[in-house]
Amino acid sequence: MKFVPISDADRAEMLRAIGVSSVDELFESIPADVRRGPNLPPPLSEIEVRRLFSSLAARNANARETAFFLGAGLYHHWVSAVADQMLYRAEWLTSYTPYQPEVSQGTLQSIFEFQTHVCLLTGLDVSNASLYEGASALVESLLMAARLSRGRAKAVLSAAIHPEYRETVRTYFAPLGLTAIEVPIGPDGRTDPDALSAAVDDDTFAVAVQSPNFYGVIEDWKLGSRAAREKGALSVAVVAEAVSMALLAPPGERGADIACGEAQSLGVPMHFGGPVLGFLACRSEHQRQLPGRLVGETRDAEGRRAFCLTLSTREQHIRRERATSNICTNQGLMALAANVHCSLLGKRGLREVALQSHAKAEYVKGEIAKIPGWWIPFRGQTFNEFTVEAPEPAAPLLSRLARRGILAGVPLSRWEPSSENRFLVAVTELNTREEMDLLIAALSEAQ
Amino acid sequence: MSVEIEETATAFSDRRHPEPRHEPLVFERSGEGKVGCSLPPLDVPETVAIPEDLRRSEIAGETEISEVEVARHFTRLSRLNFSIDEALYPLGSCTMKHNPRVNEEVARLAGFAAAHPLAPEEVSQGALELAWRLEKILAELTGLARVTLQPAAGAQGELAGILMVRAALARDGNARKVVLIPDSAHGTNPASAHFAGYRVRELKSNARGTLDLHVLEEAMTEDVAALMLTVPNTLGIFEDRILDIARIVHAKGGYLYCDGANFNSFVGIAKPGLMGIDVMHMNLHKTFSTPHGGGGPGAGPVAVTEKLVPFLPRPTVERRDDGTFFLDHDRPESIGRLRTFLGNFGMFVRALSYISSYGNRIGEVARGAVLNANYVRAGLAGVYHLKYDAPTMHEVVFSDKKQTAFGVHAMDIGKRLMDYGFHPPTISFPLIVYGALMIEPTETEAKAGLDAFVAAMREIARECEEAPDIVRKAPHTTPVKRVDEVGAARNLVLRWKP
Repeated sequence: MKFVPISDADRAEMLRAIGVSSVDELFESIPADVRRGPNLPPPLSEIEVRRLFSSLAARNANARETAFFLGAGLYHHWVSAVADQMLYRAEWLTSYTPYQPEVSQGTLQSIFEFQTHVCLLTGLDVSNASLYEGASALVESLLMAARLSRGRAKAVLSAAIHPEYRETVRTYFAPLGLTAIEVPIGPDGRTDPDALSAAVDDDTFAVAVQSPNFYGVIEDWKLGSRAAREKGALSVAVVAEAVSMALLAPPGERGADIACGEAQSLGVPMHFGGPVLGFLACRSEHQRQLPGRLVGETRDAEGRRAFCLTLSTREQHIRRERATSNICTNQGLMALAANVHCSLLGKRGLREVALQSHAKAEYVKGEIAKIPGWWIPFRGQTFNEFTVEAPEPAAPLLSRLARRGILAGVPLSRWEPSSENRFLVAVTELNTREEMDLLIAALSEAQ
Repeated sequence: MSVEIEETATAFSDRRHPEPRHEPLVFERSGEGKVGCSLPPLDVPETVAIPEDLRRSEIAGETEISEVEVARHFTRLSRLNFSIDEALYPLGSCTMKHNPRVNEEVARLAGFAAAHPLAPEEVSQGALELAWRLEKILAELTGLARVTLQPAAGAQGELAGILMVRAALARDGNARKVVLIPDSAHGTNPASAHFAGYRVRELKSNARGTLDLHVLEEAMTEDVAALMLTVPNTLGIFEDRILDIARIVHAKGGYLYCDGANFNSFVGIAKPGLMGIDVMHMNLHKTFSTPHGGGGPGAGPVAVTEKLVPFLPRPTVERRDDGTFFLDHDRPESIGRLRTFLGNFGMFVRALSYISSYGNRIGEVARGAVLNANYVRAGLAGVYHLKYDAPTMHEVVFSDKKQTAFGVHAMDIGKRLMDYGFHPPTISFPLIVYGALMIEPTETEAKAGLDAFVAAMREIARECEEAPDIVRKAPHTTPVKRVDEVGAARNLVLRWKP
C-alpha cells in the first residue's frame, strides 16, 4: 500500500526480530469470533480519488460560482492567498498540540498572537486558544459563568441568539440540571429590554445576547450587561459574524464579561459548516475558569522569550472529572488561518471589509424594500445581514432561484414555521454590484 | 552520536542562512502606514447606518504590515515546529501518521470549501451524499447500525455517546447515576461522563494492565449506566476478555461504551459491533489520518447499535428511494444538537478520501501499525523498563524506572530525543505507569526510521548511565532551550499588549 512503507523483505526481518512468524500472530489477543474484514470496494488510485470527489463537489452550489447571499452564522468573506497557502505548510498542517514547547514554538507563538487578535477585537483582557465553533463556545461560556456563580442554575438567553446555538445549549444543560430561559424580541427586531430585565433573578448566572442578532439586527451589549449586573450575574456577548467587531463597539467596552462565538469569517472558508472557529474571551479576573487550551509567555533556560501551554491544571488530563471542560484540543489550524488573516488585513483592512460589507448590505436592503409587496420587517439597524419578508413562502422561492445560480438567502421556516415568508440575506465585500442587481431583479420578477 | 550533534550544531551556525531561532511577534513587526491588502473600490454608495455609540473608531493595537512581512513571519514561525513530514513523531495515543496530500487537495474543491450547509437541499446533493457514504462505511467498519458525524472532536463524541445512553435509559424509566472508567483511561472520559451528569467510579486495572473482571463484576450494579472502555487500552493491550466484559455489563442493563481512539490498531481486522460494544466514538484525525493541524480541527463520529439510533444527534442524513439525499430534523427522541450545522465536514472529505485509497485493504493500516510498534518494543526491551509485559498492539508503554537510578526522568529522555531529530513520545501517561514513555510509531514509518529511533533511544539510555547531565539539560539543539512552564503559570502573560 502506498501509505505503508514496509517492504516484504523488511517485514520478514521485523517479524524475525519480534520473534513471531506472521503479522497475524500479533493479533491473537483479539477473539477469533470478532475478527472480520470489511465489505468495501477495492482501493482507488489518486487519479480515481480525484475523479470521485470532483464529481461529488460538482453537485453542490458553491459561493465562487454563484450570486451568493447566504449567512445565518456562516459567511463568504475573502480569504487571502497567503492565508490559504500558509495552511499547506507541513510544519503547521502535520504537527500536533504543542505539548513539547521546545519543538513547537511556531504553533505556540501563533496561538499567542491569535489570543491577542481576539482580545483586540473583543476589547476583553484574555482569550483562550480557540474552541470548536460558535455554539459550543456559547455553551462553554455559560458553563464558565455557572462555575463562577457557585450554585446558580439559570441562564437568560435572548431568543434572537442563533437557534442552533440555543439548541446546543439545551443539549448540554439538560444533564447538568441547568435551565435556559429565552426572552423574545420586540417589534424592532431587538431583544425586549424589559422582558430581559424581568427574566433575570438571584438564581441567574448569565445573561446572553447576540449582536448582530440572528435576524441581523444590532443589539447594544449594555442591554445584557445592565440586566446581569443588577442581579450579580455575568453578561455574555455572542458574535456569530466576527467581521462586525471591526466596526461595532466591542463587547468589553460596553460591559460584557465574556465574549464568544464564531470567528469563521476571519479567514476560514465555509467548508459546508465545518471546520470553523469558536472563540472565547473574558476579563482577567475570570481567567482561571476559562475552558480549553491557553498559551502563555515565559522564558527558556537561557532567558530568551518562549511560549508554552499554561494553566493545564484546569484541564481534563490532570483534573479528570473535575476539569473546567472535557475539551482537549483547540481548533489549531483554523486559529492559524485567522491569525494570518487578521495580521494581513490589520487595523485598516479589517475595518474596510466591515465597512464594505455594511454599505453593500444597506444598498441591497434599500432596493429590496422598494419592490412592491416586499418589506423589511424589523426597523432596527443591521450590519451586513437582514431579514426580508416575501409576498410568498420563502423556501420554494429560494430553491427556484438556487437552480438559476442565485443563492438568495436562508429561509427562517426551518426554525420558525410561523415565519414562512421570511428569509435572511447576507452581503459581504465579495458581492459585486452585478450580483446584487441580479438578486434584486430576480426578487422583483419572483412575485 | 553526541559528537555528531555538536558538529551539526556548528554546521548550522556556519550557514549563510541559519535556522531561525527567534521570531518577533507579528505585532512587533507592525509599522505605521504599511498595507497588507487592498479591496476593489466600493461599487455602491458609501454609508454607515449605525448609531455613533454602537460603533468603534478603530481596532487599537491591530497590525499595519505588508504581505511580504506576513509571508515571512509565518514561514519563519513554521520552521520552529517539528512535524510528521520531518520524521517519526511517536506521540503515543495521538496517532501521528502521514497525511496523504490528495486529501488536502480534494477538501479544497470549491464545491466543498465554498459550499454552505443552509443552501437548498437540491443544490447540496454532493455534500449530503458524501456524508451519507462516510456514515455507511464507518458503520461497516465498526459493525454497528448507524453513525453520527456531528461531534467536532473525540471528546465531544464521548459526550454525545454517553448522552445517547442517558436518553435511552431515561426513556425506559431507568435513570442511573454512575459511569465506570478504568484507571488507565484518557482524562477526557471522566470529564465527558461528568458533563453528561454522571458520577465516575474508577476501576483499578489488574497486574496485566487490563480490566479486572472481578472488580468489574463487583462494581457493575443496576445504578451503572455504562462502562467506558478504551479498546485496546492506553497501554496498547487489547482487552482479550472483551466478550465477558460485554456480558457482565449487559447482564445488569448497562451499556458498553468504547473509546475508539485506538481503532487504528484493529480497523479492517475486527468489528466492535461483534464484541458487544453498544456505542463507540472514532477520531477521524487518528485512525483516518485527517491532519492534526497543530491541535485541531478534529472530528469524532459516534457509531451506535440499533437500540440507540432514535437518540442520535439532529439532523441525520437520509436517502430517499429516488436516490436523493436530505437532512432529517424530525427526530423527536434525539439528544439534540452538539454544535452548528453537520459537523467538521472538511474532515469528512479527507477521511472518505483516505478510506477510499485503502478500500477493502484498510486492514493494512492496523497490520502496519501493530507490526511497527512491536518492532520498536523488541528493539527497546531490556533497555527500558516495561511495567506490563502483555502483548501490545499499536503502541507500547515503557517507563523511566531503570534511568531514575541515574537521576534522569522520562521528561528528560523525551527532551533528549529532540536532539536526535525525533519528537518525544507521550510522557507521564497513562497515569498507572509512573514515568511513562508511551510510543506509537504508526504504520507510515519505514524500517529505517524505526531503526534510527531505536538506536537513538538506546544511545540515550547509555548517556543516562555515563553522562546523565547531557540528558537532564536537554534539549541542546532546538530553537529554544528547556522552557520554564512553571514560570508561565505563576506569572500569567496570555497576550501581547499595545
